[in-house]
Amino acid sequence: MNRILRIVRYIVSNKLTFTFFLLGLVIFFFIVVPLGKMLISSAEEPALFWTTVLDREVAAAIWLTLYTALIATIVGFIFGIPLAYFLARHEFFGKKLVEGLINVPIVIPHTAAGIALLFVFGRSFAVGRAFGSIGISFVDSTAGIVIAMLFVSVPFLIDSAKEGFKKVDVRLERVARTLGASPWQVFTHISFPLAKQSIVAGNIMMWARGISEFGAVIILAYHPMTAPILLFQRFEAFGLDHARPIAAILIIVSVLIFVILRMLVSRR
Amino acid sequence: MIEIRSLSVELGAFTLHNICLNINRSEYFIVLGPTGAGKTVLLESIAGVQPIKTGQIWLEGEDITGMKPEERKVSIVYQDYMLFPHYSVRNNILFGLKMRGYNPQDMAISLSKVVQLLSIEQLLSRKPNTLSGGEKQKVALARAIVTNPEVLLLDEPLGALDPQTRENVGQEILKLHEELGITVLHVTHDFEEAITMGDRIAVIGEGEIKQIGTTTDIFRKPNSEFVARFTMTGNIFSGLAMKERHGKTAFNLNGTKLIADTNLEGPCHASIRPEDILISSDTIANDGDNHFMGVITRFVNKGAIINVTVNLPPPVTCLLTRRTFEEMRLSIGQQVHLTFSPSSLHLF
Repeated sequence: MNRILRIVRYIVSNKLTFTFFLLGLVIFFFIVVPLGKMLISSAEEPALFWTTVLDREVAAAIWLTLYTALIATIVGFIFGIPLAYFLARHEFFGKKLVEGLINVPIVIPHTAAGIALLFVFGRSFAVGRAFGSIGISFVDSTAGIVIAMLFVSVPFLIDSAKEGFKKVDVRLERVARTLGASPWQVFTHISFPLAKQSIVAGNIMMWARGISEFGAVIILAYHPMTAPILLFQRFEAFGLDHARPIAAILIIVSVLIFVILRMLVSRR
Repeated sequence: MIEIRSLSVELGAFTLHNICLNINRSEYFIVLGPTGAGKTVLLESIAGVQPIKTGQIWLEGEDITGMKPEERKVSIVYQDYMLFPHYSVRNNILFGLKMRGYNPQDMAISLSKVVQLLSIEQLLSRKPNTLSGGEKQKVALARAIVTNPEVLLLDEPLGALDPQTRENVGQEILKLHEELGITVLHVTHDFEEAITMGDRIAVIGEGEIKQIGTTTDIFRKPNSEFVARFTMTGNIFSGLAMKERHGKTAFNLNGTKLIADTNLEGPCHASIRPEDILISSDTIANDGDNHFMGVITRFVNKGAIINVTVNLPPPVTCLLTRRTFEEMRLSIGQQVHLTFSPSSLHLF
């Protein structure tokens, strides 16, 4: 109690801190109130909530969302980490442009991203046709969901990993080389372990962003339905009351995963 | 042992050009130069972790210029240790042995040898972030020598340490050099460190070697104003040298004639170390060479030593121990006598 009073007294005594505290409080409640209100109003109708929890279509959509986002994250890891390391360690003409282009998926409307992907992976286009010949279609398929999620969320992983690698002093790598390590050994024994925190954080961000993706996924793959699309479909077809429990479940699952992973990372 | 032939390195706007060095086996060689002179780049080029533009590096008669860093028998120790923060001290030291594929038995023998040599047995299970600066540097040294390199590159190894620890770690490095007979290339910006530790010194500045010589050569006979200033010669003058009499040269400094034991003639520089000048309140008996009177204009208190500036003119800096200074009871504006031997005056 005394501690809280001390903090309050400190905040009030410093005008800058007090002003920033008030302004910060506004945005904090802006984030928390809608989420809390929805969870509370879902809890007010427990029967509908439990029916939704037990709805197979809802469970399938949530499971599909989680594992497609996970596959996208794994693919992003395999191709994104080398790029992040390359960007962190090398200077070259046009590097800023490359870095900017990598972040484009974050800033463009995700429906536009979905259309752009269709132009490459659609059935009438070269890459889509090539994959189609080996039985992989990106339209209305799990593969389509994965590439939509990958496209919009991989910049988070690349940026985070790049910053992590940049924080690893290049002289640590140089010392390791003089001690007998090959470039691969330097990467696996020094650079990667030391950047691990940022890489894991990037992976969590990418997975979380993939789970929440709607715009790009709906363009490429309306079916099979991921949770955000099912939520949209229920809202369109049955209204707010039927959409709310799905939204509540999605928020609970996402927050739980996010908190657990964050705890695991910080414990390391 | 190490031969560097016309080495040039380009690093952004910085260039290291036409570096030529010959370092003997088991020699303790110092590269002395100011910050930004290219000392670290030189070491990293020898280690193979900095790409070079032109030139060759030879080690024990073998051209290692194109060799990968892990294939050269060269270890580097940086000023700020560069210990792997995620490994214990033990694993830091063992890193090189593991990478080079030593078997566990040989690793244990090598580990035990270096930890005894550096007296760091008690640190083995600790993480680098729990060590003091001196301990970190000892661990970095242990890690560097455990793989038995032929050359140890030290990049300002004492630069981040407090004076007491500097002394201890400096002694440890000299002990390692003596016991292992390893060739050491040590770069520093600290002249005293260079003088006390090195067999020979190369002075580097603006990306090039300015002078190479024994510690005495560099200390007594700087070949340029850059070297003279960097080696804290203190008194550097420009003037005209003319033959005086047999084996002597008169250096004319705006009418003041200084006598030197050389044969140099023409426009040149003269330098004399402050500690070579004798200062007295009374007349000094000598043969007449280099005997001047001047007025004290400034004192600089450096603890055990006092710098006294006397205007002849030109202003000349002399050194006095604190005890002598107190006994002489000198004051600003006082007239004093200065003298120095012709052999102390260096013309270049």
